[in-house]
Amino acid sequence: MPWGLLKYGLASKYPARRDIPGPRELKKSYEIVIIGAGGHGLSTAYHLARYHGITDVAVLDKGYVGGGNTARNTAVIRSNYISPEAIEFYKASVEMFENLSNELGYNQMYSQRGQLTLAHSDASVRAFRLRAEINKHLGVRSEMVDRKQIREIVPCLNMDKKMRFPIQAGLWHRDGGTARHDAAAWGYAMRAAQMGVEIHQRTEVTGIHVDKGKVVAVQTARGTVRCNHAVQAVAGMSSEVARMAGIRLPIRSYPLQAMVTQPVKPFLDPLVSSAELHAYVSQTARGEVVIGGGSDPYELYSTRSTLDLKENLIAHVLEMFPFMGELKLLRQWAGITDMTPDYSPILGTSPVKNYWLDAGWGTWGFKATPISGKCMAESLANEKTARLIQPFGLERFRRFKLFNEAGATAASH
Amino acid sequence: MYTSPNRLPAPAGRLVDHENTINFSFEGTQYTGLAGDTIASALAANDVWLLSRSFKYHRPRGVLSMAGLEANTLVQVDNEPNVAADRRKVTQGLQVSGQNCIGSLANDQAEKISLVNRFLPVGFYYKAFFQPKGAWQNIWEPIIRKFAGLGQVHPDTPHGYYDKQYLFSEITVVGGGPAGMSAALAAADAGAEVLLIEQETVIGGSLNYGRFDTEGTLAHTLHDELVTAVTDHSNIEVMTDSVCNGYFADNWLPVIRGHRMYKLRTKELILAPGKMEQPAIFRNNDLPGVLLGTAAQRLIRLYGVRPGKQAVVLTAGDDGYATALELLENGVNVTAVADLRQSFDATPLYKKVLACGISIHKACTVYEALPDKHTRGIRAAALRQLAGIGQCGNEAWRYDCDLLCVSVGFMPSYQLALHAGGKLKHDEAVSGFSITGLPACIHLAGAVNGKNELGSVIESGRQAGQAASRKLGLAVPGAAASRPLNPISYSSINHPWPIFPHPRGKEFVDLDEDLQYLDIIHACRDGYDELELVKRYSTVGMGPSQGRHSALATARVVAEETQRTMSEVGVTTARPPLHAENLAVIAGRSFEPERLTAMHHRHLEAGAHMVTAGQWWRPAYYGEPQHADRWILKENLAVRNNVGMIDVSTLGGLEVRGPDAAEFLNRMYTFSYSRQKTGTLRYLLMTNPAGRIIDDGVACRLDDEHFYITATTGGVETVYRTMLWWNAQWRLDVDVTNVTSAYAGISLAGPKSRAVLQQLCTSTDLAPASFPYLSVRTAQVAGIPARLLRVGFVGELGYEIHAPSLQGEALWDALLKAGREFGMQPVGIEAQRLLRLEKGHLIVGQDTDAMTTPHEARMTWAVAERKPFFVGGRSLQAARRYPSNRKLVGFSVEPEQDEVPGESNLILDGDSIAGHITSVGYSPTLNKIIGMGYARADTEPGMLIQIKLKSGCRQSVQVVEMPFYDPQNKRQEM
Repeated sequence: MPWGLLKYGLASKYPARRDIPGPRELKKSYEIVIIGAGGHGLSTAYHLARYHGITDVAVLDKGYVGGGNTARNTAVIRSNYISPEAIEFYKASVEMFENLSNELGYNQMYSQRGQLTLAHSDASVRAFRLRAEINKHLGVRSEMVDRKQIREIVPCLNMDKKMRFPIQAGLWHRDGGTARHDAAAWGYAMRAAQMGVEIHQRTEVTGIHVDKGKVVAVQTARGTVRCNHAVQAVAGMSSEVARMAGIRLPIRSYPLQAMVTQPVKPFLDPLVSSAELHAYVSQTARGEVVIGGGSDPYELYSTRSTLDLKENLIAHVLEMFPFMGELKLLRQWAGITDMTPDYSPILGTSPVKNYWLDAGWGTWGFKATPISGKCMAESLANEKTARLIQPFGLERFRRFKLFNEAGATAASH
Repeated sequence: MYTSPNRLPAPAGRLVDHENTINFSFEGTQYTGLAGDTIASALAANDVWLLSRSFKYHRPRGVLSMAGLEANTLVQVDNEPNVAADRRKVTQGLQVSGQNCIGSLANDQAEKISLVNRFLPVGFYYKAFFQPKGAWQNIWEPIIRKFAGLGQVHPDTPHGYYDKQYLFSEITVVGGGPAGMSAALAAADAGAEVLLIEQETVIGGSLNYGRFDTEGTLAHTLHDELVTAVTDHSNIEVMTDSVCNGYFADNWLPVIRGHRMYKLRTKELILAPGKMEQPAIFRNNDLPGVLLGTAAQRLIRLYGVRPGKQAVVLTAGDDGYATALELLENGVNVTAVADLRQSFDATPLYKKVLACGISIHKACTVYEALPDKHTRGIRAAALRQLAGIGQCGNEAWRYDCDLLCVSVGFMPSYQLALHAGGKLKHDEAVSGFSITGLPACIHLAGAVNGKNELGSVIESGRQAGQAASRKLGLAVPGAAASRPLNPISYSSINHPWPIFPHPRGKEFVDLDEDLQYLDIIHACRDGYDELELVKRYSTVGMGPSQGRHSALATARVVAEETQRTMSEVGVTTARPPLHAENLAVIAGRSFEPERLTAMHHRHLEAGAHMVTAGQWWRPAYYGEPQHADRWILKENLAVRNNVGMIDVSTLGGLEVRGPDAAEFLNRMYTFSYSRQKTGTLRYLLMTNPAGRIIDDGVACRLDDEHFYITATTGGVETVYRTMLWWNAQWRLDVDVTNVTSAYAGISLAGPKSRAVLQQLCTSTDLAPASFPYLSVRTAQVAGIPARLLRVGFVGELGYEIHAPSLQGEALWDALLKAGREFGMQPVGIEAQRLLRLEKGHLIVGQDTDAMTTPHEARMTWAVAERKPFFVGGRSLQAARRYPSNRKLVGFSVEPEQDEVPGESNLILDGDSIAGHITSVGYSPTLNKIIGMGYARADTEPGMLIQIKLKSGCRQSVQVVEMPFYDPQNKRQEM
């Protein structure tokens, strides 16, 4: 029994700790307004307060804390990307996750169980080999594994050579892992609030006031608040919110669906994904099997579920794990992914002065929650884009400095 | 003679066959049930009530709803986990066991966890287990993971047969209860074709088991009348045992029956799924023996099972009195009824129960169920006088009982309506919900439409049936006066606060997740007081029953704790599926099409090693894999010295026809095609809007308005789709058809290819002057009509012969025969890859990536910059101001080394990555290892580049001009 729980058993009255502050008046002005109380917005707020002493900050959300894509993602944390800039960035995030529970005093249930990506074609084998080479060169634990090694890593995988697309090889990423996605938002919210940051749930932003090319205020359903800086961290709605500030983002938004089964006794430790089958599978601490795939084929702002995606995805999962046929699907849901042309985020300054972007997170936002908050806070505090995120500026699209990340993102998230 | 302790004689047990016994085992013990029994009812008949252990505290659990709605009844059936015992029928020899216990179900070692309950507050796993760093992953997670999950999957479970079928109907009614039957009849009378979907084995719904009057005859009479009318109606098709398991946009419905999923499209949809009875919250409300009133009624009427010997009933309306009468008439001794209401009109049902001499306590609740250590069920109910809402007074009674029936309110079966975009709206006045915001093609009937009284339920069904018919344009008879169906008054009430906290807890709000009243309160106090946060923090509603029995109570507790109304708090959404569904049902039969070229069998006969290329199978080389190098070498040399033939049928083929055909290609591809002469062919390079290479091929101009173009094997589908997408906007007068499968293709390459072809192609002059390089002819080859393309992918004199697929094999045979005297050899794709590498030709997707521009690939010669427009052109022009920092270069190395460069090896610039090797191989013709890859943009032939070998060692190699082979292109143009 850990000490942390003793007080709950011994106290006569429940020692409530009010992690997320209750409703309060909105002030007339703040130094910084953060739009979106998801993982990224709250991580930014936390880092501002904790490392830069800036607490005159309001985090606004139209719904509840962590209710957007923070709540909907499938919590894959990895750093096996292709471009050196992305690898450095996500690797720093993985390192932050390793210590995040202790930094926040909030268990993130971070677990490096490793991620195995399967190749069923020559083309994938070639692509993975390249990723492994780049990853190793930059200090990320990532290696090609053959069929024998795959059997050792996930003994229950279908290694039948008569399978339509037999598994040829795999990319084994030991640093890959998972965490409890909600806990990231809650942990950051709790610590940020303790240091004086205000979190306003049910406070929808309805307009952004720009004067002489600089952001001056944010209009909300509860009144207008002035600010010196504003940050948008609204994955799934990035284009719409940026439009309020008069900014056009190179983003197309697609639904991304995921699903989960009823809990069963653990049989799968690592995260397994497949490039050809567009599917990934992991088993949570509760015993549920989480299943995800690629984004929907057309743009949409609706989080409805579809039957055809479920049929195809499950058929592919059963190719990998045929014995799962009698496992029962419990729930299907969707989030909206803001896809950029190069499958990489947009971070930093915008054409509007003092209006900062934390956008374009597509299917890879959760894993960057700690590092993007850290970098955004550093940028805001110094009024200068932090080094790690400089390559990810909106500017790059005008200069055609796109990243080559399409291959590292599909169905691996 | 078959006997079971709790089995009631017919007519009780509408669904079971009293003559037909079934033997099965549970936890290793043999039991006998009846055909038609569910696992749970058969066990109940044998007086076995303990079915499972709960998720967290391993508390004993049994039947609650008898409707397959909760985790309590999940059991393991052979290899299948989490089977709802109150839905799955018993079959001969079935082996059933309990889940989530250490030891046995009856003596679960893990039960002791509930002793430390107070140390495991809501969200406890967020509050501890993380110190020191790594403790979670290394110490705690493995322990907690051991306790995770319910049933077990076995890796050796075979994949059963499952399939799918399409269905269509004009009007679909989901739910075969009184409302659904009434709706179906109204619609069918109006002339609509109606499909009625019922999840039970028979239609009738609550009329099969419910009681609505003192005599217990009304349900029976109505049942016979409606069921007969539905069954006899020629416009109604009934599907029983079928679950409409979700709603998807535009009335697209998965209907699951056994191992088959029907995919149903319906014009109009009537939802009549009924309602879900809700538990009351008091101490030990989770133990076996505490049943919903409807569950007791179901056991009696559907399965002929006496639900207990001695019962106490908790109610807030006539539902409980009806249950009490059912119990009394079926051999259960009802000792007391606790009614939550202070005062109410004496209804006939109430009066009859009173007349039976049963103690009825008004303004009274069950405060606690007392556990029976021996049976794991209950032994008594402790009642308390109510002093106010949720407040228990001091006056107390205690009644011995082994059955406690709870009837305190309902929730509409809202799930399908919510999948369709409906919203639950709470009406504070009646403590009930209504559903709003549905698409116009969906109609609600019965309880889900807020109707509780049987007469209005049936009338609501009739109205829905008529409304749906009107939507179809059918004439509907004028509003017939609805007849009074219910001669007696019957009041079914949703009690607003059937929640009674106990100082010692164990009043479960969510049975799946073992969440008690205070857990919800504490979640709010910890700051998680938005309903969705309560859910995520406490996990309420996240278990197998998805909040069916906990959502209402949770919303009530949160509303109370946060001083808001139910409407302000809201209820969480429902997501598909309705009931947990087997993955195999969703997947169905696995269809992974395989595409075979016309010559496939010839390759097999020739001993080819076949590999996949997308959906296609292609020969990698001809011979067994252990000597692959030898075969590749042999095939390579055949092409260089004599002649080889390659099956290129998988290459994409598209016909582009119409007055704007050339203009269309001009816009789709980088090169220029307006002035291309008929009878010639020209290279095609396609870029995406960002100017990155996505495909290539050749364009054969067959006449002014007709091009035959090729695309890559893997790219043709995308190319075709992209073309249609663009032309939907351009509206050029052009028609594009994907004819990939219509043509077989054979590439004949090598210095002797002309000689071979000429033998079969006697009517066409193949001499270079009349059929030069980069031209196209139509001709007869061995009597087969074909298109001949003079191309040079592998750098030798060569022809691609495209002929109708049906004749592909004949063509192959004819060529093989004709080539015999010239030393012709069939060649696989491995040798072809090497041959084209020698020639310095790139393969899109291998030597290019998602970001490669024509400039980087040194293909600017294929970009007509002066064209007014092509896809990607604007980007390429703009990008010229920002030069790329890499380009594709060729290199060569002497072959005699310990470690040679391999594909994907990095090309370094100092310590940073400049690029990588995209293709590399040993060229027998040049006796060198040659390759290409991306290096710094300023790299020129003669310079050295650094390669990081697989071992990590670095090697400097020399950049050379490409092509490596025949730089003057003499051989392909001869």
